[in-house]
Amino acid sequence: MIASQIRSMWLVFKHLFRRNVTVQYPEEKPYLAPRYRGRIILSRDPNGDERCVACNLCAVACPPDCISLQKTEDPDGRWRPEYFRINFSRCIMCGLCEDACPTYAIQLTPDFEMCEYDRQNMVYEKEDLLIDGPGKYHDYSFYQVAGKAIKGKDKGQANNEAEPINVKSLNL
Amino acid sequence: MNTSIWITLLNIFGVLIATVLLAAILTWGERRLLGFWQDRPGPNRVGPFGTLQVIADMIKLFFKEDFTPRFADIPVFVLAPTVVMATMLIAFAVVPMSPSIGVADLNIGLLFVLAMSSIAVYSIILGGYASNNKYALLGGLRAAAQTVSYEVFMGLSLMGVVMMSGSFNLRDIVIAQADTWFIVPQFLGFIVFFIAGIAESRRTPFDLPEAEHELTAGFHTEYSGMKFGMFFVGEYLAVILIAALITTLFLGGWHGPLLPPIIWFCLKTAFLVAIFILLRAALPRPRYDQLMKFGWKVMLPLSLVNLLATAGILLWIA
Repeated sequence: MIASQIRSMWLVFKHLFRRNVTVQYPEEKPYLAPRYRGRIILSRDPNGDERCVACNLCAVACPPDCISLQKTEDPDGRWRPEYFRINFSRCIMCGLCEDACPTYAIQLTPDFEMCEYDRQNMVYEKEDLLIDGPGKYHDYSFYQVAGKAIKGKDKGQANNEAEPINVKSLNL
Repeated sequence: MNTSIWITLLNIFGVLIATVLLAAILTWGERRLLGFWQDRPGPNRVGPFGTLQVIADMIKLFFKEDFTPRFADIPVFVLAPTVVMATMLIAFAVVPMSPSIGVADLNIGLLFVLAMSSIAVYSIILGGYASNNKYALLGGLRAAAQTVSYEVFMGLSLMGVVMMSGSFNLRDIVIAQADTWFIVPQFLGFIVFFIAGIAESRRTPFDLPEAEHELTAGFHTEYSGMKFGMFFVGEYLAVILIAALITTLFLGGWHGPLLPPIIWFCLKTAFLVAIFILLRAALPRPRYDQLMKFGWKVMLPLSLVNLLATAGILLWIA
């Protein structure tokens, strides 16, 4: 019994010569993986257009219901959110919105430093959320792989898409 | 006449200020050391290496609300924290720190120190009782039982030292160690006194009176502000006192080559304090019945064997 007490004292003492595991935070930043789930952004496709098509799947998936948006349609046929609002005082950074998003528009970033003195400032509007780049998916452009017709790209002109067939013309 | 009074006053205030300051600095030093042993830096923000943490803590403690619960026994509640600090400071009076430094030169210095460190437990029992809180009361009860059982062999373990030096005077005991430190012939006594000393200062692994996991904070559950601070300083004073006593009784006090006596005394004491902190970092708290069993069934017989053996050998030599 006494030997084990002395041994544990010796083992603890040896930790004096170990490196500290502490990261001295404000001076020294911890490494965050590129897929760290932090502040949420809305990305753009490679042409610089908004990726979000206002499908509401993120808002449905969100466990604390912190996402709110309204769809609108552009004259050129694109769908986009009229407003897009995330209340970060509710957000739990779970990433389910990112999983639910069919267009890679909503993404989580490795940034968690978003303190505010006023709770109201934790509500981010669309212009706060939108970034200029494509985020984690550099080449993806939703309208180039989807069958939706927009101005300058009719049905059947997307990548890997066949021309539409009128079923009534199929006289078998 | 006039100069000797000034020297005495200087001695008194020097010892007083030094011990209180050391106890305060120890609150930082302990957290720092515990941090290193747990692979983290500990408090390092305030001032160089965090040394001003002590001042920050003191400002915090002084400006905190000093809450006295309505259901408490108020005079006793207020008095209790002062007892531990006062007795510990008084006990330092008889500790000889170097041939010239030391406040009082009592013939019964050893008994005086033991008495003072036993009175300190009243602080905890009264604090626990006056808080009128069941956790505090349980902590106070445990402190009482623990002191009763560990006090017995704490005194007995020192009788070997007393027999070998033939005096209760701490200064004579140190002088008697000029050739051999008593840790060599009295190793058993040293071990027993060391363990009893930890129990006496109520430090982990013998901190059952304030066991956080069972009793929130034990006897000082209801204390806040500087009243809590006094319990805290009292505990650190007790640590330094026990370390200084072990130095005096077993490690040859101020004796040592080359360096001046006071430096040797401080070095030995600091080393023992570091061991106390290491114990806290490494060892878990025993269950209450294990503590009692260990005290009565292991330590008491050991100290009696030590007493008998020392007495027998001394008689045989003489």
